[in-house]
Amino acid sequence: MWQALREELHPQGIEIVTVALDTGGADAARPFIEAARPTHPSLIDRAHLCDELLGIVNVPSSVWIDEHGTIVRPAEPAWPGSTPVLDMLPELTAEVPLERKNVIDEIRRFHITPEITAIMLRDWAERGADSRYVLSPDEVIVRSLPRGIDEAAAAAHFELAQHLHLAGDHDAAVVHFRNAHRLDPSNWTYKRQAWSLETSDTTGTVERYGTGWLESVQAIGAEQYYPEIRP
Amino acid sequence: MILQPSTTTINPLDFEARTGWAIKPEGACKGDVCVPLPDGRLHDGTFEVKALAARLGMPIVVDEASGLRALGPDTAVTGRALTTATAPDLVLPDLDGTPCRIADLRPHRVVLVAWASW
Repeated sequence: MWQALREELHPQGIEIVTVALDTGGADAARPFIEAARPTHPSLIDRAHLCDELLGIVNVPSSVWIDEHGTIVRPAEPAWPGSTPVLDMLPELTAEVPLERKNVIDEIRRFHITPEITAIMLRDWAERGADSRYVLSPDEVIVRSLPRGIDEAAAAAHFELAQHLHLAGDHDAAVVHFRNAHRLDPSNWTYKRQAWSLETSDTTGTVERYGTGWLESVQAIGAEQYYPEIRP
Repeated sequence: MILQPSTTTINPLDFEARTGWAIKPEGACKGDVCVPLPDGRLHDGTFEVKALAARLGMPIVVDEASGLRALGPDTAVTGRALTTATAPDLVLPDLDGTPCRIADLRPHRVVLVAWASW
């Protein structure tokens, strides 16, 4: 998805680096990466280090890092000018099952603004540090998500859960995934990753967690799923 | 950061590799931020986990059955997900397992895009 924008902006000094946040590692990400055939670095973050170190709580998200290694925009939703999520939303006809209709209704309420990301990136490519979208270090920190003891403990539980899951003790892992979800309920990465280890369709109720994507979005509010991008 | 059941001390290099906090004479440092540390360094160069965690506001959670623990990220400095605007020194593998260090892509500016298969 990002390949076309990468080809456009790379001559101006921008490199796209895609990172798959995936407990399943390379095996889980491989079909998507091989289909996209990116020429930019396409990396695997099996341990979800980017969640903790960069404050990423949902995908897709981007972080801008300048040529000095300074973050100039913290984690925020990002699309490369378009997204198949919107393009593929079917028209709501009488034939659409009710549960599917409810999912589509929630997605339509998301703040998905693919054109904004592309406009911002083109401006950064052209103007560099003078781009109006480049933030000061203080602003970068302030705009990163709040992290108190609950959110930090959720990160620790999530790491324990991943460790236990990969060590083969999935039942023990679920306990810590649940703790992570309870302590940081707006972290979609923790939820979606854990649910996906139970079933391929996580929109409905995932039995072991007593909830799923649709119920969780309805409980927290679709408008919170992707925070509005603040240029 | 995973801590084995019997672990009470932490090696500064392991701590830095996982958390980004480097132990220096002026304290624990991340980017342009340094937090003075109490005299917690032991004779073998390691630190008491509890003292370090308390100073940086890092919670420790436990898996009761196995005794494994995990050290969460810091909360004591900014109370935000980012403590500093200095990017962490991320090294991640590609599909073939070849490591890629984000900092080695300089002088390019980097847009790190997180996605997932799930």
